Amino acid sequence: MTTVDDLGGAEGFGPVRPPDPDEPVFTERWEGRAFALTLLTMGRISGRNLDAFRYALGRLDESAYFDPDGYYGRWLNAAELMLTDSAILAPGAVEARARKLRGEDVEEPPIPEPNKPDYAPTGPGSLRQIDEPPRFAVGDHVRTRTEMPADRPNRLPRYVRGHVGVVELIQPAHLLPDTHAVFEGENPQHVYTVRFDSHDLWGADAESFAVTIELYDSYLEPA
Amino acid sequence: MTSQDQLTAAQRTEALEQLLTERGLVDPKVMDGFIETYETKVGPLNGAKVVARAWVDPEYKQRLLQDGTAAIKELGFGGPQGEHIVVVENTPTVHNVTVCTLCSCYPWPVLGLPPSWYKDPAYRARIVREPRTVLAEMGLELDDDVEIIVRDSSSEVRWMVLPERPAGTEDFTEEELIPLITRDALVGVAKVTL
Repeated sequence: MTTVDDLGGAEGFGPVRPPDPDEPVFTERWEGRAFALTLLTMGRISGRNLDAFRYALGRLDESAYFDPDGYYGRWLNAAELMLTDSAILAPGAVEARARKLRGEDVEEPPIPEPNKPDYAPTGPGSLRQIDEPPRFAVGDHVRTRTEMPADRPNRLPRYVRGHVGVVELIQPAHLLPDTHAVFEGENPQHVYTVRFDSHDLWGADAESFAVTIELYDSYLEPA
Repeated sequence: MTSQDQLTAAQRTEALEQLLTERGLVDPKVMDGFIETYETKVGPLNGAKVVARAWVDPEYKQRLLQDGTAAIKELGFGGPQGEHIVVVENTPTVHNVTVCTLCSCYPWPVLGLPPSWYKDPAYRARIVREPRTVLAEMGLELDDDVEIIVRDSSSEVRWMVLPERPAGTEDFTEEELIPLITRDALVGVAKVTL
């Protein structure tokens, strides 16, 4: 699945923003409220997990992902999506309330029957111990998959697909976001930091540099 | 959703907070606590303290590069988005810079919440394709023989850069070094300067 959030190497975004050392953590008051609401929604209210939150971000349409209200506008959209997915809120409930608060005469949708995912993590956080040893060792050459299932998320960006890299580090095993995000199990896997050469990724004319990225065992095959 | 475009983010946020609060699902005081934590307690000053310690204590530096999470915890820092932190050293010949191309993963316990340029699509898209050009745009010109390594955080592993200690600070104490160390240097888009 190729989603709106997969930006590595995408063209057309123009210059980067210059860093401002005095930038406040939250530029406007609502950004802090949206940040806290999203964390609480993810952790305690909707029953959705961190991977489900990232999947909610990736499922936003382009206008909601590149929300004119920026990063926390995007978070707000994903929080609302998680809450309507879990039927904590009816679709349109936030808009109706906002219009009411503005003095418009709108009818609010009834509160739906909640439908939270039946999900209990086997431990805190995203790291897990697994018994079988890692399939790859530091220095091994690995090739990334080119195709990923269309019906679930993944964390294999387009720009590294179908390329050969070298295992630089073996990281702790992680829950597999592909299934964890959609409540089909934790399926912990080994995770490797894989190093790619810029010319392999971008061609002979590219700047000379390396990129490393953490990849899950099932994204890789021996090369 | 044309009609929703007319609502401001502030109005949508207020509506969401009110809906969840009146159902007893959110306590605004808990929200206040989260906001205050990231506005005042968890920020790049934590990372600066880690780096200053590493600069004055070679054994700490070794532990930090071997097991970042544990060494950072020695100074009391840990928590969300810090399950497994890897620290990489920038040297005169190797320059690491971090990004999250898929979202905006960032080591909160040592750097706080990410700044807007880190979350911006232009940085996420371009730093893995033309880092030398992007760093120059951000004011960091690297010599041609410096090897650049871009660290794309696609899992729960988080990266922090241990920047080079600037020349002329040999006599500085740990406390004097801390204010020199900026967020941008800990991400790798700047160097620490006197």
